[in-house]
Amino acid sequence: MNAQIPLNDVTDVSAGFKPRARAALADPRLRSNFRTAMDSLMTKRAAAFSDADERERLRELGNHIRARALSQLPDLLERLEANLTRNGVKVHWAETVSEANTIVLEIIQTHEARQVIKGKSMVSEEMEMNHFLGGQGIECLESDMGEYIVQLDNEKPSHIIMPAIHKNAAQVASLFEEKLGVEYTRDVDELIQIGRRTLRQKFFEADIGVSGVNFAVAETGTLLLVENEGNGRMSTSVPPVHIAVTGIEKVVENLRDTVPLLSLLTRSALGQPITTYVNMISGPRKADELDGPQEVHLVLLDNGRSQAFNDPELRQTLNCIRCGACMNHCPVYTRIGGHAYGEVYPGPIGKIITPHMVGLAKVPDHPSASSLCGACGEVCPVKIPIPDLLRRLREENVKRADPQHPVMRGEGSKYSARERLMWSGWKLMNTQPLLYRAFSFAATRLRGLRPASLGPWTEHHSAPTPAPRSLHDLAREHLEHPR
Amino acid sequence: MSELFYDAAPNATRVAPARELPRQYPEKPSDIYLFGTCVVDLFFPEAGMDSIRLLEREGIRVHFPQGQSCCGQPAYTSGYRGEAKAVARAQLPLFVEDWPVVVPSGSCAGMFRHHYQDLFAEEPAMLLEAQQLAERTFELAEFLLHVCKVSFVGTQQGQADPVRVALHTSCTARREMNTHLHGRELLAQLAGVERVEHDHESECCGFGGTFSVRMPDISGAMVMDKTTALRESGAHQVVSADCGCLMNINGSLEKQNQALRGQHLASFLWQRTGGKA
Repeated sequence: MNAQIPLNDVTDVSAGFKPRARAALADPRLRSNFRTAMDSLMTKRAAAFSDADERERLRELGNHIRARALSQLPDLLERLEANLTRNGVKVHWAETVSEANTIVLEIIQTHEARQVIKGKSMVSEEMEMNHFLGGQGIECLESDMGEYIVQLDNEKPSHIIMPAIHKNAAQVASLFEEKLGVEYTRDVDELIQIGRRTLRQKFFEADIGVSGVNFAVAETGTLLLVENEGNGRMSTSVPPVHIAVTGIEKVVENLRDTVPLLSLLTRSALGQPITTYVNMISGPRKADELDGPQEVHLVLLDNGRSQAFNDPELRQTLNCIRCGACMNHCPVYTRIGGHAYGEVYPGPIGKIITPHMVGLAKVPDHPSASSLCGACGEVCPVKIPIPDLLRRLREENVKRADPQHPVMRGEGSKYSARERLMWSGWKLMNTQPLLYRAFSFAATRLRGLRPASLGPWTEHHSAPTPAPRSLHDLAREHLEHPR
Repeated sequence: MSELFYDAAPNATRVAPARELPRQYPEKPSDIYLFGTCVVDLFFPEAGMDSIRLLEREGIRVHFPQGQSCCGQPAYTSGYRGEAKAVARAQLPLFVEDWPVVVPSGSCAGMFRHHYQDLFAEEPAMLLEAQQLAERTFELAEFLLHVCKVSFVGTQQGQADPVRVALHTSCTARREMNTHLHGRELLAQLAGVERVEHDHESECCGFGGTFSVRMPDISGAMVMDKTTALRESGAHQVVSADCGCLMNINGSLEKQNQALRGQHLASFLWQRTGGKA
């Protein structure tokens, strides 16, 4: 059996982004797992959107729907609460993850519950719900196959749609062999059957089912949840109590809005025309119904989203429908994987949303970890201008913090008087033609004196050699004396 | 599907800009400005000179304002908006006449065409100037192809030894200026030139301006993959219309002691079509 991925290096948050990225880059198996998986996802998405005009019109519509929802967010949330309440769903509001966990715990305690089965939910990852409830003596079992694998190995998801994408089949086979005591097999179908058999019993034993939400429909008070494994339907309908957790930005105005958004979501994420299951949850079991939970709760979590909401440019971050296409197409994510980011949301979307959740100071390198190549913005189904937002976050990062009128928590975390001075010098040189001439004269005529080492640049490149004469010189001569 | 495209226009909040219509190109002008860019100025001046020669051969008078320096992109993408704006402010008045501004770099052209309007969003007078500059900014390959309507086909092509080339297009040039399409069409006109695809052709080379020095490990991994793909394509040489990428790719190839090198598209076109320096 192959050795374990040295994930400790990659997942250790205290090590910082750069060392984690370096460790991931040096891991050939991780590199190949991600490259293979991301290539396949890019191909699938491209095939699902074979008509470029239809794709672009749909993206535009998706952007408009999300923008319209955000433009009336407080109102829609009130309508959502009113309609859910009317449907018999209990709505809870949490500003922080700790409040959200407390709410969940109180519900669990009311029912004297000991076992929780979970459908996939990134918001519950934000809350570190498993860890929190585990500390309270409550077993919290993941039922999504990827999440289950990750939980079994004591890891965190490395991708928001495919949590265990950093592992190949051989690694999963070894994990199951070790943790479940089953015979080693690399047959993917067999591995999935092993997982399913183990989980099936747990659905019936669980006192509580927890799930996320893809879209919360204000008009009807409906919670929409997509999934491919059926575990979402089981988690939300078999246990007597269902607790859904979601972010406040997931609300949309009406059911009609969900049709194009669903199409964008499933095609962007996995290249699927639609997921195997589309659950529309609109309340607990009614008197004449035979199944479904007796109680349904929705926890609406802010966790920094309102900070993004308060700035018209940064608000676009909240358009996100969590498809993961930005990370699938990101040349940085493809190379370092999800764990190197050290936070719940990796990749381009992670880089623009995490600062609102944990403060820019905790993730100071995230905005810079992009070549601004634009691949993420190009594929985003709701047209979030991710490169523009990364550039904006760089501005917030390097500016001097403004305690009177802060834009975001942790702003100014990369403020450096030295770097600012350097850019002032750069500005002076590029705004004063005489200075520029003097500089380029020195750079070209004294090029023999250039240093052979140019810091980080020369780790991966030879030092560039300035030309003997600048274009300014050559052009002036040529244009004055045309041949 | 059409039923899905109902009017969902929002009443507030920021909305993505409408899709750009295909660009309408003007008649070939008598005069143009060349904005050389700072990287070309110091490291690839021949690319600038070959751009001038190609344009002059089309009967166009080229003007090179000596006051020009940098488009401001390095500061802009590093979060130093004020400094970027000051440099942009120094470039805008250089192009007094209403002539097209041709840039031998898709990335710097993209700065003129898309981002100056963001920098001056709150200064109406400057914004108008920025909009006018955007309208008349062309990336070199685009200008040669669609405004000059160059045709190398059937012309006497001096250096016609068969050669395989790989075309690398910078990300901003690709996504903001469609440069890869223009480059392909120009190369297709050349006798004896076979353009080969390389693996993950549309993927970034890892340059990203200050990204390459802020995140040297990640950038280094990207350029290593890019140069490997270029070498494995079987190309004899690399052609690109962006000198930032060329500095990155050539610097990496040189460090690896590889013989393959990249050349600016302008120089390649000029040499293949019988031009002499």
